[in-house]
Amino acid sequence: MNTSFSPLGDQAIVIELGTEINEETEKKIRRLSTLLESRPPEWMIEFIPAFITVAVFYDPCAATYSKVQEELAELLAHLGEELAVESRTVEIPVCYGGEFGPDLEFVAQHNGLTAREVIDIHTSGSYSVHMIGFAPGFPFIGGMSEKIAAPRRDSPRLRIPERTVGIAGMQTGVYPIETPGGWQLIGRTPLRLFRPENDIPSLLQAGDKVVFREISETDYHAWKEDPNAENP
Amino acid sequence: MLKILKNSLQTTVQDLGRSGFQKYGVIASGAMDPYAHRLANLLVGNKEQAATLEITLVGPAIEFIEDTVIALCGGDLSPKLDGQAAPMWRMLSVKKGNTLTFGEPRVGARCYLAIAGGIDVPEVMGSRSTYMRAGIGGFQGRSLEKGDEVPVGQISRQRLSSLMQEAENDSDWLLPPVRYFEEPVIRMMAGRQFDLFDGASKKRIFQEAFAVSSNSDRMGYRLEGPHLALENPAELISEAVAFGSVQVPVDGNPIVLLADRQTTGGYPKIGQVASVDLPLISQLKPGQQLRFKEISLADAQQRWIEQEQSIRQIKAAIKLKREE
Repeated sequence: MNTSFSPLGDQAIVIELGTEINEETEKKIRRLSTLLESRPPEWMIEFIPAFITVAVFYDPCAATYSKVQEELAELLAHLGEELAVESRTVEIPVCYGGEFGPDLEFVAQHNGLTAREVIDIHTSGSYSVHMIGFAPGFPFIGGMSEKIAAPRRDSPRLRIPERTVGIAGMQTGVYPIETPGGWQLIGRTPLRLFRPENDIPSLLQAGDKVVFREISETDYHAWKEDPNAENP
Repeated sequence: MLKILKNSLQTTVQDLGRSGFQKYGVIASGAMDPYAHRLANLLVGNKEQAATLEITLVGPAIEFIEDTVIALCGGDLSPKLDGQAAPMWRMLSVKKGNTLTFGEPRVGARCYLAIAGGIDVPEVMGSRSTYMRAGIGGFQGRSLEKGDEVPVGQISRQRLSSLMQEAENDSDWLLPPVRYFEEPVIRMMAGRQFDLFDGASKKRIFQEAFAVSSNSDRMGYRLEGPHLALENPAELISEAVAFGSVQVPVDGNPIVLLADRQTTGGYPKIGQVASVDLPLISQLKPGQQLRFKEISLADAQQRWIEQEQSIRQIKAAIKLKREE
């Protein structure tokens, strides 16, 4: 197991659980996250999982670097394969094109496709969330078909409305809050990805499977967030 | 309650930040100079993590609606109480109708106003800090504006009168002010990707001066100085960053990530500022210069532990004084 530790300043340690983004590394990260969540060491303040690393923030008055590394190594040695990592599947309804997706045509032309074909490919992919970062609840989603890959815009837009769905290179994602950004915008979801009022403020979490489903503009406007309400 | 009578450059409600939500992409926020924030709170009898106002460079005018005690710690923005110079790093008794104003920024960029009972805005994700980009936390998720009425936590009448008496009687009792240098030497550890930089960059980062660019804010300070470059250009896989991470984008100008930093980043990190020196960076104004000096991890942690011990001593001294 190629695990390495290194400091991120005097109050955090980074655990590298692999050298490239793959399923095995991802599983290790999720197991470690689950373990840190359920049995937090008393010196831990919080942790941030990413693609191939987990950063653990700690209080140096409670434990210095070497003690933290030692205890984490111990924890990792017992990171059993048996610890189940179940995946949820979250469906994201998207209204593609039009004012919600001003770059849908560009993505189509760039790949020699029609807008219809881009939507069909985008909705037929099987995706997973690698990590949450960049903005609150922003998912880095992997698994998009290279047939609809598109470069970032040369100059980023200053304002991208919240809930806009975009493509950058081989990645697809959803902007949870209004931010500047350089992704190609193909549609918008009525779902809120950032929910600051909830205990877990992010709709998506690392490890989730994601399915995109096309909805009409009428359905978009009629969308009710209440899970008990009837959605189209 | 506090009433804002005049607009300012940026005045936000801050505490020690949002902890435990960075894994959901929620930035930490919190005071840029946590040390000054903590001491200001201790002076007025609050817990260290109570919310204060972080006042930046050009301050507002603030009217006090009730009698209370306050403390001003951090950067010296020439505070005045009803036109009289208001001393910093000590408790001050203020009367209903008094107005606090600010003038020229003398030393430092951010002044913390603590008030007995703390600024009482609702907690969002366990913190009262303002997260401006998401428009949540603090006072309506934004910087304070003229006309805002900012709620203050209640403390008992008895406690308030004893604090006010203390402020009036012990007018010479103050904490040792932090010295914010004009051209500070900032202690920095080698960053996670230090070894990926070319030989010249690894030397120059610790030898030459950098200036804080005007394109600097609570998210990070962009520095201008010698060009820094990787030995071999490489795409890195995004990972967590921390308060004080010094990352270098492709243009070669380092960025010191501060309180409102994103949770993760993909630029190589050449260094990591020692936590005890973060206030020295946060108090710099655009145009000011700084230098970096290398410190080992063990030393940086030792300095932090010493700082925390000294804060505990200050707490004990204040407690003793109040029990007398």
